[in-house]
Amino acid sequence: MEVIEIDAKNMHYRELNEKIHQAIKENPDLKKIILRNVLGQRFIGNSLRKKDLTIEIYGTPGGDLGMFMSGPTIIVYGNCEFAPGNTMDDGKIIIHGNSGDVTAHSMRGGKVFVRGDVGYRSGIHMKAYKEKVPTLVIGGTAKDFLGEYMAGGKIVVLNIDKEGKDLGKIKGKMIGTGIHGGAIYIRGEINKKQLGVAADIKPFTEEDLKNIENDVKEFCQYFGLEDKFESLLYSKWTKIAPISKRPFGKLYTPDLF
Amino acid sequence: MCGIIGFMSRKKKMINGEKIALGLCSLKERGNGKGSGYVGYGIYPTKYKDCYAFHILIDNCPKFEKIKVAVENILEQYGTIVKDEEIPTEEGIIKKVHIPWRYFYEVDEKFADKEEDVIVDIVMDINDNIDGAYVISSGKDLGVFKAVGWPEEVAEFYRIDKYEGYLWLAHARYPTNTKAWWGGAHPFNLLNWSVVHNGEITSYGTNRRFVEMFGYKCRLLTDTEVVTYILDLLLRKHKLPLELACQTLAPKFWSEIDDLPEEERELYTALRLTYAGAMLNGPFAIAVATPAGLLFMNGEIEDDTVMFGLTDRIKLRPLVAAEKDDLLFVSSEESAIRRICPNLDRVWMPDAGEPVIARVWK
Repeated sequence: MEVIEIDAKNMHYRELNEKIHQAIKENPDLKKIILRNVLGQRFIGNSLRKKDLTIEIYGTPGGDLGMFMSGPTIIVYGNCEFAPGNTMDDGKIIIHGNSGDVTAHSMRGGKVFVRGDVGYRSGIHMKAYKEKVPTLVIGGTAKDFLGEYMAGGKIVVLNIDKEGKDLGKIKGKMIGTGIHGGAIYIRGEINKKQLGVAADIKPFTEEDLKNIENDVKEFCQYFGLEDKFESLLYSKWTKIAPISKRPFGKLYTPDLF
Repeated sequence: MCGIIGFMSRKKKMINGEKIALGLCSLKERGNGKGSGYVGYGIYPTKYKDCYAFHILIDNCPKFEKIKVAVENILEQYGTIVKDEEIPTEEGIIKKVHIPWRYFYEVDEKFADKEEDVIVDIVMDINDNIDGAYVISSGKDLGVFKAVGWPEEVAEFYRIDKYEGYLWLAHARYPTNTKAWWGGAHPFNLLNWSVVHNGEITSYGTNRRFVEMFGYKCRLLTDTEVVTYILDLLLRKHKLPLELACQTLAPKFWSEIDDLPEEERELYTALRLTYAGAMLNGPFAIAVATPAGLLFMNGEIEDDTVMFGLTDRIKLRPLVAAEKDDLLFVSSEESAIRRICPNLDRVWMPDAGEPVIARVWK
C-alpha cells in the first residue's frame, strides 16, 4: 500500500507511534500516512528515516513532533505544542498553524516551516556541521529568546499576518542570547536593545540575500504565497549574528585569556 | 513538569466537573500519578451557599475521632458548625490515608467586621497546631478535592462528576522537591483564593518569611502554598488592584522600568521596593481563581469571581489561553483545552509575566 490512514481519536501516543512504525515496516512502498483526529499525542514521527515518506496530520499533535527524525516530511494542518523538530537530523516539518515554545529545539539538519507564530526560545541551540545546516522559517512572529545559545544554522522570520500583510514593529526581546554560530534573519528593523548578550546586528549583504532566497521561496510555495515572494524577499532585513565564537569564554577565567 | 488547566464561564453557566477531569486526564503525561486535584466554584449552590465550606483532610488512623474533636473545638470558638459530613468518595480506587471531611460553617456575629480574618486564623491554627488535620479549602460555595493519584483516579474517587461549577481549576502533579502527599497536591486554597502551579518557586524561603511576618503559616510542604497567602495579603488585606498584584509576583525588569514614562516608573519602582519579598523567582506558570466581592479595580469594588493565568517573566513554563463564547481557558497544553472544547474561537500564547484575566460579564 502506498497510502495508509490512521484514526488517532482517543489513542495514547505510544499506540499511535507503534502503529506508524509498524505501517512502515509492513509496507515497503509506503508513500504517505494520514493521521486524523490527532490531539496531544507526543513524539509523532520520532526517529523515522524513510526519506520518501510524507505524514499528514489533522489536529493538534503533542510535543516533540519529528524528534530525531531523519528524512520524512511532516505536514500539520493545525497548531503544534512545544518543540517540534527537536534534535531533528533531516527532512521537513511544515506547520499550517502556530507552534509552541522551543520550536526547532537543538535541530541539526532539515527544515521547519511555521506559517503562524512561534513561542519562546525557538531555535534554541540549533547547530550546523559541514553540509548540515538546519533551517527554521517563521511566517509570523517569534516570542523572546529566539535563537538562544544558537551554535549554527539559520532562522528566518517573515513577520507577516494570515493574509500576508506586514505585522509592523518586531516585538521580541533577548534575541540571540548566547548565540555563537549561525544567523538570524528578521524582516524588519530591530533595536539593539532587543538583542541578548553575545548577539550583534551585522550588515545584510548580497550573500545573505542568496542564503535565504530558497527558504523564502519554499515557504511561499507551501503556504500559497507565491505572489508575495518577491516583495517579501526584497525587503528590509536585519541580520543577527554572534559577536564572537566564544561569548562566555572569559566569564569564569578572565586571567587565562 | 506538572500540568495545569482551568476554565471559567463568564456568564456563570454551570459546568459539570467531568469536563475539567477530561482536560486534566489529557495532561497525564505531565504528572506522575503522585498528586492530582480539582477546585470547583459554585458547587454548593443551595442550602450552604453562604456558609464557609471547610474541606479538611483528617488522618485515617485510630486517633481519627480525637483529631476531629480538636478541629471542632477550634471551629466552635469562633462560630457555628451548620452541618458536617464525610466528603463522599468511591472505595477501592486509591489508598485512603486521609478521610476528607467537610464543615459548613458560620462565623459568630461578634466577628462580623473581620469574618475573613477569623477564617484565616482558624486555617492557620488547625494546620499549625493539630497533628493529622489539614485544611485544604475554606471558601464559600467552593471546594478543593485532591489526593495522591492519577487525574482520573482522583476524579473518580471524589465523584467529581456529581458537582457543577462555573469555574474549575485542576492540576496533575510531578513532585520534584518535596514529598508527594495529599495536602501537597494542588490546588492550594485559602478563603476564595485557589492556585494551581507548574514549576518551582525558588524564592520560597524569602516569600515564606515575608508572609510569616503577617501571620500566615506555611505548613503544607509545597512551595505553591505561599503563593496563595501572598495573594490573600496583597489583594484582600492590602487591596492592590489585580494587575498590580500580578506585577509584584512577576515584576518588570529594572531595565524595562528605566524606559517607562516618569509616573509609571515611580509606580513600578515603588511596587518592587515595597513588595520585594512577594516577588516569585524561578520557573512558574500559575492559574488563580479569586473571590467574589473583594477585588478592587481602579478604586471600584469588583464583586465577582475572576480567574487569571500568569507565567514567570522569561517564560520557563508553558501557558496557553483560549476562548469559546463565554468560556475562557488556560492550560499547559492546547490539546487539553481542545479535549474539552474541540472548536475554539481563539487560541493564543500570553506574553511572559503578563496575566490573562477572565472576568464575569455584566
